[in-house]
Amino acid sequence: MSSPARSRSDTRPALTEVVAYRLSARSGAAGSAPRSKLGRGAVPGVLVLLALLPFAGIRIPGVLPSAVPVLNSIGMLEVLALCFVFGSVALGYDVLFGYTGLLSFAQVLYFAIGVYVTDIAVTVWHWPFLAAVGLALASAFAVAMLLGAIALRVRGIAFTMVTLAFAQAGYYLINDNPHNLTSGQTGLVMATSRLPAILVGVDHTRELYWLALAYLAFAYLVVWVATESVTGRVWQAIRENEQRVSVIGLHPAPFKLAAFVLGSMVAAGGGVVYLLVIGTAAPDAVASATLSVSLIAMVVLGGLGTRWGAVLGAFVYVYLQQYLVKLAQEPSFAQLPVVARDALSQPQFLLGLIFILFVLFLPGGLAGLGVRMAIRRHRRSEANAA
Amino acid sequence: MAGTSSNQAAEAGAVDALEALGVDGLSLSIAGSRILDGVSFTVPKGGVTALIGRNGAGKTTTLRSIIGLEHATGSIRITGVEVAGWPTYRRIRLGIGYVPEDRDVFGHLTVRENLQLAEVGPNPRYDQVYEIFPELAQRSLQLAGTLSGGQQQMLAIARVLLTERALLLIDEPSKGLSPRFVGELVEALEKVRGGATVILVEQNIHVVKRLAGQLVILDQGRVAHTGPVEDLDDPELVRRLLGVSTGS
Amino acid sequence: MSTFTAIVISGIALGAIYFLVASGLSLIYGLMDILNFAHGAFLTIGAYAGLELSLHLANGGGPIGFLAVLLVAAVAGAAVAAAAEVLLIRPLYERPVSQILITIGLDLVVVGLLLGVFGSDSRQIVVPIWLTRATHVGSLSIPNGDFAGLAAGAVVYAGLGLFLKYTRFGLVIRAGAENREMVQALGIDVSKAFTFVFGLGGAAAGVAGLLYAVVFSGSLVGPTQGDQLLIFAFIVVVIGGLGSIRGSAIAGIVVGLVQVVSQYYLGSKSGWAEAGDISVVILLALVLSLRPGGLAGAKQR
Repeated sequence: MSSPARSRSDTRPALTEVVAYRLSARSGAAGSAPRSKLGRGAVPGVLVLLALLPFAGIRIPGVLPSAVPVLNSIGMLEVLALCFVFGSVALGYDVLFGYTGLLSFAQVLYFAIGVYVTDIAVTVWHWPFLAAVGLALASAFAVAMLLGAIALRVRGIAFTMVTLAFAQAGYYLINDNPHNLTSGQTGLVMATSRLPAILVGVDHTRELYWLALAYLAFAYLVVWVATESVTGRVWQAIRENEQRVSVIGLHPAPFKLAAFVLGSMVAAGGGVVYLLVIGTAAPDAVASATLSVSLIAMVVLGGLGTRWGAVLGAFVYVYLQQYLVKLAQEPSFAQLPVVARDALSQPQFLLGLIFILFVLFLPGGLAGLGVRMAIRRHRRSEANAA
Repeated sequence: MAGTSSNQAAEAGAVDALEALGVDGLSLSIAGSRILDGVSFTVPKGGVTALIGRNGAGKTTTLRSIIGLEHATGSIRITGVEVAGWPTYRRIRLGIGYVPEDRDVFGHLTVRENLQLAEVGPNPRYDQVYEIFPELAQRSLQLAGTLSGGQQQMLAIARVLLTERALLLIDEPSKGLSPRFVGELVEALEKVRGGATVILVEQNIHVVKRLAGQLVILDQGRVAHTGPVEDLDDPELVRRLLGVSTGS
Repeated sequence: MSTFTAIVISGIALGAIYFLVASGLSLIYGLMDILNFAHGAFLTIGAYAGLELSLHLANGGGPIGFLAVLLVAAVAGAAVAAAAEVLLIRPLYERPVSQILITIGLDLVVVGLLLGVFGSDSRQIVVPIWLTRATHVGSLSIPNGDFAGLAAGAVVYAGLGLFLKYTRFGLVIRAGAENREMVQALGIDVSKAFTFVFGLGGAAAGVAGLLYAVVFSGSLVGPTQGDQLLIFAFIVVVIGGLGSIRGSAIAGIVVGLVQVVSQYYLGSKSGWAEAGDISVVILLALVLSLRPGGLAGAKQR
């Protein structure tokens, strides 16, 4: 008999049921075997290889974006350090967009806070470096709590528009150069006198490279713990169906704010590392809507809602961006037809095109492609076994 | 494209002129749970077939799948034409009129605009519609959102009567209406049907007995029983498949 | 006092141009639930197309010539927008997030292409002399460009209202904004309305892109101008209430006024150069705190 009381309780599954459902849906879609095959060892293994890379003086002509085609050249290490920085920021963003389904443009604002507050505190106010970092992270936290609370008052598309507006206000503010703090469009070069010597100068590119790698590993760990926790499950449930989360008696708002603040903090930390690697803060490079769009492109290229996908997407994006700039300077480039030359001289054009093709034909991104291939391999081996 | 499909229509129509609708192996899963699990039945031309079953048996989903609002797998033939993969509007244009469960009239449009929107074929029969539902004529400039539930139901039905439709899919027309209104509604439905085939999803067993000739009973996403409406007189069948006693 | 009046008129003219952009965004959102980031690209393409024609007209070609320039901007915006809907949006009807993402990608591609072909420097539109002059009304001196902006806003507002109320397409669009599924279930091919709405929004965007350049940017057009304008149009759409044309019109004027007035009185101070832009964001935060559904408080998802 289906009494009304029972049917009502049927629509209110316990949180554990939602979690179990998510888990089963996921393993059902991706298959359990490919997951275990990619394995626990892969991430630490890649980290160790990357940590050893500065000792690898291997010459690889043609595909490296650096001026000298050697794997551990200074230019190459800088590009890779940049990849690590944006890899970590993209990871933080994946918590927001990939896991919780919040399409935000504000990530760049917190990245810019990490860059600019540290830079201003060190360069203009002559603070010690660690105190400056502390101030940057504290400001990012405060701003994220405040703006997150306002922006999350609206849902879906309105939320996206509002975050875009806030990020843009930050960009204008930096351009305004209030009290001569930011130097506006000129950009603010960081004073190096108060920094630890080991993090200053071209000679220490290797140390900066390791710092960036360490930050990426740290961000990965944080995001991994967060997304695998019960909170992480609720994030995914919100992404799938926010209403359903409310129905089972959970308030989505604090969970969404948590994702927003976590993503923001990861971005702010990334901003600090970026400042150390690049040594200067410029609004177009660290605070523009273009950078927001790049972040979105990174996580989509990599695969939404997958941690290593976000990192991989950032790598591919930053690498391509640098590589395409270099390609446009090659002598052979001048021999291309004018139309092709015009279009290809802008990395933005090609990256946009790649982005569109991914959205149309590979919505799972590179990670989805990997899983798809793994499933195919798995099926084939099963068929062989049978 | 269009040429081919109309040829198919002509051909298939010749083969099976008596079938208004056929579904075969209709299956659909949403978020991991199986809503439809191989639903198969055919509906002959003319007459009223009631599609009944408990809450959650898959009745509404079956109707929505037939017109392509849900993407179920399996075969769907409308007047003999295989329509799997067709967009909704093309299926409808084969001559379907759909009256959804929650009426879904356009609340921000006037009654008149709601009807105008439904003019998809030539020669809209406003006279006939207004004759059956005189109230709609009086209220033609009123916003549909301000109508009562019963009036909205009439508008939802009037919408599909405006142009000739061979197959009417009507989802729980009596839902939420007062008994007096249900009576009026049944009379109206009897009056308007004309030669059209009707598939009626209905919880009210009295309405089913009054209107329908054939039964298709769904249970847990499958067809559990088909037969004449008189089968509803079997209390055992009714208790087993509908979960209610005939007395109530 | 007369300065203030002139500033107010300028603010309303800016608001009228915001409305041109926001109306298309609002229509597209209302019917399709898509936040169209490529709208900025439509603006820029319209402006560049108008610019190309204006270069071939002696002295901007007078009023008729300028109308032709506007028409070309509208047609270019409409054509690209409709093509984008058919080629990029349509394959993704079942994937709403991907639809938004693809408009972001399209914007990247178009801006990248314009940067590659024309470079990052702004280019000059040739306009009739009268458009750069001012009309004196008593002690007031009002730039003729302001009138052009106001007229375009008024024409589009009235035209859109009539179109939505009295045409079948308008009826389908209004019904579709309410319940897209039911429109299809009545046998109507709603994807035609999607393409149409994109084209209509693209046309208004093209006109807006050109007028903004002429009236507020010294007749200069650059590849990223559309995207800058788009951000304010987004703010207008949110403040006005998503999907509401009337809300967009009111919010457009409010935003234009706030921006121009605060810019005039604060923007000259050191470190406040972008006071106008920042005031608009503060206005947005205020409206959202008080009325999350926007001024019109229509549908909110």
